[in-house]
Amino acid sequence: MNFEFSSEQQMIRNMVREFAEAEIAPKAAELDRNARFPIEIFDKMGKLGLMGLPIPEAYGGAGADMISYCLALEEIGRACAGTGLSYEAHVSLACVPLLLYGTEEQKQKYLVPLASGEGIGSFGLTEPGAGSDAGGTRTTAVLDGDSWVINGNKIFITNGGYAKTVVLTAVTDPATRGISAFIVPTDTPGFSTSKPYEKMGMRASNTVELILENVRIPEENLLGPLNAGFKQFLSTLDGGRVAIAALAVGIAQSAFETALSYAKQRTQFGQSISKFQAIQHKLADMAMHIDLARTAVLKAAWRKDQGLPYTLEASYAKLFASEICTETCTQAIQILGGNGYMKEYPVERNLRDAKLIEIGEGTSEIQRLVIARQLGC
Amino acid sequence: MNILVCLKQTFDTEERIVIENGKIKEDGVKFVINPYDEYAVEEAIRLRDDLGGQVTVITVGPERAEEALRTALAMGADEAILADDPALFGDEYTAAKVLAAIVKQREFDLIIAGNQAVDDGSGQVAVRLAEELGIPHVSTLTKLEVNGNQVVAHRDAEGDEEIVEASLPLLVTAQQGLNEPRYPSLIGIRKANKKPLTKVTLADLGLSLEDIEARTEITETFLPAPKTAGQILSGDLADQVKELVSALKTKDKVVG
Ligand SMILES: Cc1cc2nc3c(=O)[nH]c(=O)nc-3n(C[C@H](O)[C@H](O)[C@H](O)COP(=O)(O)OP(=O)(O)OC[C@H]3O[C@@H](n4cnc5c(N)ncnc54)[C@H](O)[C@@H]3O)c2cc1C
Repeated sequence: MNFEFSSEQQMIRNMVREFAEAEIAPKAAELDRNARFPIEIFDKMGKLGLMGLPIPEAYGGAGADMISYCLALEEIGRACAGTGLSYEAHVSLACVPLLLYGTEEQKQKYLVPLASGEGIGSFGLTEPGAGSDAGGTRTTAVLDGDSWVINGNKIFITNGGYAKTVVLTAVTDPATRGISAFIVPTDTPGFSTSKPYEKMGMRASNTVELILENVRIPEENLLGPLNAGFKQFLSTLDGGRVAIAALAVGIAQSAFETALSYAKQRTQFGQSISKFQAIQHKLADMAMHIDLARTAVLKAAWRKDQGLPYTLEASYAKLFASEICTETCTQAIQILGGNGYMKEYPVERNLRDAKLIEIGEGTSEIQRLVIARQLGC
Repeated sequence: MNILVCLKQTFDTEERIVIENGKIKEDGVKFVINPYDEYAVEEAIRLRDDLGGQVTVITVGPERAEEALRTALAMGADEAILADDPALFGDEYTAAKVLAAIVKQREFDLIIAGNQAVDDGSGQVAVRLAEELGIPHVSTLTKLEVNGNQVVAHRDAEGDEEIVEASLPLLVTAQQGLNEPRYPSLIGIRKANKKPLTKVTLADLGLSLEDIEARTEITETFLPAPKTAGQILSGDLADQVKELVSALKTKDKVVG
C-alpha cells in the first residue's frame, strides 16, 4: 500500500490548481449568471496540454495517467464545475472512445486535433427515447454506397454547439437492435444544433440538441465494430464515471472551503458559529465524506492505470462522490444561513452544479443497479 | 548563451506561519518557487529561446527543494543542480559562497536571480554572489535586453526607472513586472523527470566548513504581535490632532 503521489502527479496537480485559481475561478460566477461557455479558457487549456492529458503523445496528448487526470478534474471542478463538465466530456467521452476503438487513421485524423486542443469533442448517446436505456436509440445510420447516412435527434449533448467532432450512436441493424458508433465532423451538411438548453446548473457548460438530417459521412467513419456500439460505450462510461466523480469531489471541496471559512468568522450569540457543536458536526461530516470520496476516485483511477478491472470501483466512486457532493453543498448553504441562499456566495451555485452529477453518465439508480449486478444479483 | 538561474524554494505566500518550539513549522506547508525567482526562470527561458544556449537552475536547500527545480525544468529549463548537503546550509554569506563554488565549476554568460526571497527577505544572496565572482550586477530589473555582449537593463529604482548598460558576464536580479511567468505545460511536466538533475556536496565543491561558516546567527523567531482593535478619534478636529500626536509619541512611540 502506498498513498503517495508521484512527483509528476504532484506537479500536474499544482499546475492545474494554480491555473484554475488564477484563470477559471474568478470567472465562475459570471459564466454561471450568463450561461456562457468559456471558449477562451479552453484555448488556454489546450496550449497547456490539458485537453489531451491522458491521451498518449503519439495522438496529440500529454500521456499522463488516470490519477493525474482525476487530480486535474478535481482542481478545475473546484474552480468552476461547468468548465469541468465540458472538459470531462471532451476528454472522457469524445477523446477516449477514439483512442480505444479508432483505427490508426481515425486517430490521426480525429483524435490528434482534439487531444492537442485544436478543437473540442462531444459525445451523443442520449435521445428522447434513450436515456438510462440506450436500447431505446432511434437515430439510424444506413449504408448508401460508400457512405453512411444518419438521421435522428440527440438531446442533452455537452459541448454540442462548440464541437469540431461528435462521436455518436445510431441503430445500424433494426432487426437485432444493433447499435454502432460513428465519427461525425460537425461541418458535415445536415448536421445542426439547437440553441442551448436553459439549465439549473452547470451553466458554463454548453448543452444542446443535435439534429441529424441526412448527414452523409464516409463509410470509414464507423467507430469500432459494426453493431457493437452499445457494448463499446459501456466501457467508455466506466472511465467517464471515475472522471465525473473527481469533478464532484472538486465541487464538494469548494463548498466545504467556503463553509469552513465562513463558520470561523461568523459570530452569533457572542461566539464564532464554528464553536457550536451542531456546526462542527456538519463540518466534520463534510470533511470526512470528501476525503472518502476522493479516496474512492483515486482507487478506481489507480486500478485503471494498473490495467485492473474497475467497473465496480468506478460505480462506487461515481455514486458516493455525487451523493456526498450534493449533501455537502446543501449543508454548506445551511452553515451560511441566509447568505448561503444568495448569489453573492458561491454555495448556491455549487448545489445547482452538484445535482447534475447524480444524473449524468448514469443516474444514481443506474449506479446501484451496476453495483448490484457486479455482486451477482 | 549560457544562463544560470539561482532559485530558492519558499513557503507559498498564502501559507499561515506557525511557530512551534521556536522554529517555523514546515509540515503540511505548501512550498513554491520563490515568486521573484520565478520571474528569473521565465526570463532565462525566453532569452534561451531567442538566442539559443542552455538554462541551468541552481538551488541550495533541503531535499524537498527538488520539487522547485523540477517545476523550473517543467517550465523549460534544461538542467538543474541541487546543493542539498546539510553541510552547505547557513546564512546569506554561506549561500553566496556555495553558489559561487557551483558557478565557478561551469561556463556562463549571464546569471539571473530573484531580487529577494519572500521568506527571509534579505535581498543579499544574489549581490553577494556577484561580489564573490567579481562580476558586475544590476538589481530589480523590470526589463532586460541582450544584444551580443551588451545588456540594457531597466531597473525599478524605488518607483522610478533607471536604465543601466552593462556587458556580459553579468548578474541581474528580477523584480515583479519583468515578465509573466508561464504555467509549466503538461508535456513540460512529463519531460521534467527525464532532465538531468545533479546533487552536489561540500566535497564535490572543494569547500571546507570554515570557508562557508555562517556569519550571523538567528537568536529568536517570533510572530508579530496580533493586531488589536483600532481606536477611532472623535470630537473637535484640533483636539483629534492633538490626541493623535500624543498617542504616536507616548503610546506607540513611533515619533520621538
Ligand atoms: C447537463 C447534462 C449534460 C449531459 N450531457 C450528455 C452528453 O454529453 N451526452 C449524452 O449522451 N448524454 C448527456 N446527458 C444525458 C444524461 O446522460 C441522461 O440525462 C441520463 O443518462 C439520464 O437519462 P434520462 O434523462 O433520459 O433519464 P431517464 O433514463 O428517463 O431516468 C429517469 C429516472 O428513472 C430512473 N430509472 C431509469 N431506469 C431505471 C431502472 N432500470 N431502474 C431504476 N431506476 C431507473 C432514473 O434513475 C431516473 O431517476 C446530459 C444530461 C444533462 C442533464
